[in-house]
Amino acid sequence: MRYPITLHVNGIPYPIEVTAHTSLLHAVRDEVGLTGAKEGCDDSECGACMMLIDGRPVNSCSYLAVQAEGFAITTVEGLSTGGALTPLQMAFLQEGGVQCGFCTPGMLISAKALLAQEPSPTEQEIRVALSGNLCRCTGYDGIVRAVTKVSQSTG
Amino acid sequence: MSTYTNALTVEDAIAALAQGARPIAGGTDLVVGARQGKKRLPESLVGIHRIAGLDQIEENGDGVSIGALVTHQALVTHPLIRKSFAGLADASAIVGSHATRANGTIGGNVMNASPAMDTGAPLLCHGAMAVLKRSGGTRRVNLAELWTGPGTTSASADELLIRLDIPLPPPGSGSAYVRLQYRRQMEIAIVGAGAFVTIAGGKVTDARIAITALAPVIHRAEAAEAALIGTDGNAAAVEAAADAAAAAARPISDVRGSAEYRRAMAAVIARRAIETALRRAHGHDVTIPASDSTFGST
Repeated sequence: MRYPITLHVNGIPYPIEVTAHTSLLHAVRDEVGLTGAKEGCDDSECGACMMLIDGRPVNSCSYLAVQAEGFAITTVEGLSTGGALTPLQMAFLQEGGVQCGFCTPGMLISAKALLAQEPSPTEQEIRVALSGNLCRCTGYDGIVRAVTKVSQSTG
Repeated sequence: MSTYTNALTVEDAIAALAQGARPIAGGTDLVVGARQGKKRLPESLVGIHRIAGLDQIEENGDGVSIGALVTHQALVTHPLIRKSFAGLADASAIVGSHATRANGTIGGNVMNASPAMDTGAPLLCHGAMAVLKRSGGTRRVNLAELWTGPGTTSASADELLIRLDIPLPPPGSGSAYVRLQYRRQMEIAIVGAGAFVTIAGGKVTDARIAITALAPVIHRAEAAEAALIGTDGNAAAVEAAADAAAAAARPISDVRGSAEYRRAMAAVIARRAIETALRRAHGHDVTIPASDSTFGST
């Protein structure tokens, strides 16, 4: 059975159809057409699929699309406005926080969730908040530096 | 053919359960387990995450009620939980990742009935009662009777866990949960232990000690409790209690550790939990989560 639902992604309503078991990740990538969030492990270990639901970080590979109807979903495409990168995205570039780029959308989303909750996190708090995100290039130091930089500039 | 309905009230949910649907909230066990191939997703699901009121932590005169939809993140940031139920905060603080804690609920955690769940031992030690509701009525069951085996409970398929009721500890009490972990986050307990103690007049008047990932269900170790009650909580008494807790273990060997290793570590982890509970009962501040702050202590 297919269910007609409306997903509100980055402020835009998308009427789509999904099955009861369709993941939020597949709904957003395949039906909405936003491919920033990635499928890595498909079981909540790697964090490449991280999105925000009403500000909460969620592994979208393991969250049902039907459960997300009506909530505000944010993907990496929704971070910048008008084509300008956010300070967090700029810091990732400046600090070498982007290598192959596969983990970057999830890292940015987890970092955004942290900074919304704690604008001036310690390095330990940053590492805890990013511990559900794996970087296959092992470029963690640059990523942590990038988040630290933003927290200092705004904190 | 898979089906899904949204429940907006407890009544909606229990009506759907009576029709054979299974409940889903944060999905952090149910969907992740299906992705890992442990168990297929139920064909018929009812989303309970929109039910109003089940996400509240409410203080009443003699206790606290924790709604089934309360997340680990909400527990670990709640002042009363951190102060009076620190062992529960120790546990919720280290469940999964920040995303797991933001979505994973205490109700899902309890009903998933994993023998390695972090919140199980502190809930048992604090005497939490599960409140189960079905169309025929409501019943309260203690967790020792709820958990019947790895992943199984005594709840019938048409019962919904709506909240946990936990009595307020008397003055002079402290609790703690400590797990053996290879990493601090994204981890499942190799071995864990919860402890709750009450001290009055310099003596331990009440002690509850429970062991995690050491048996088919999380359970209390009565011999360990007896070894501590009536003493002043000195090192020898703590050692005896920790050894008794380890003696109650019936561990398995699996990918996270061998039975022999688990048995050897059980006494160490139980001792750290008991020591931390005693320190907190004496009014000392031990940073949450205790698994991190007691790491490396002998």
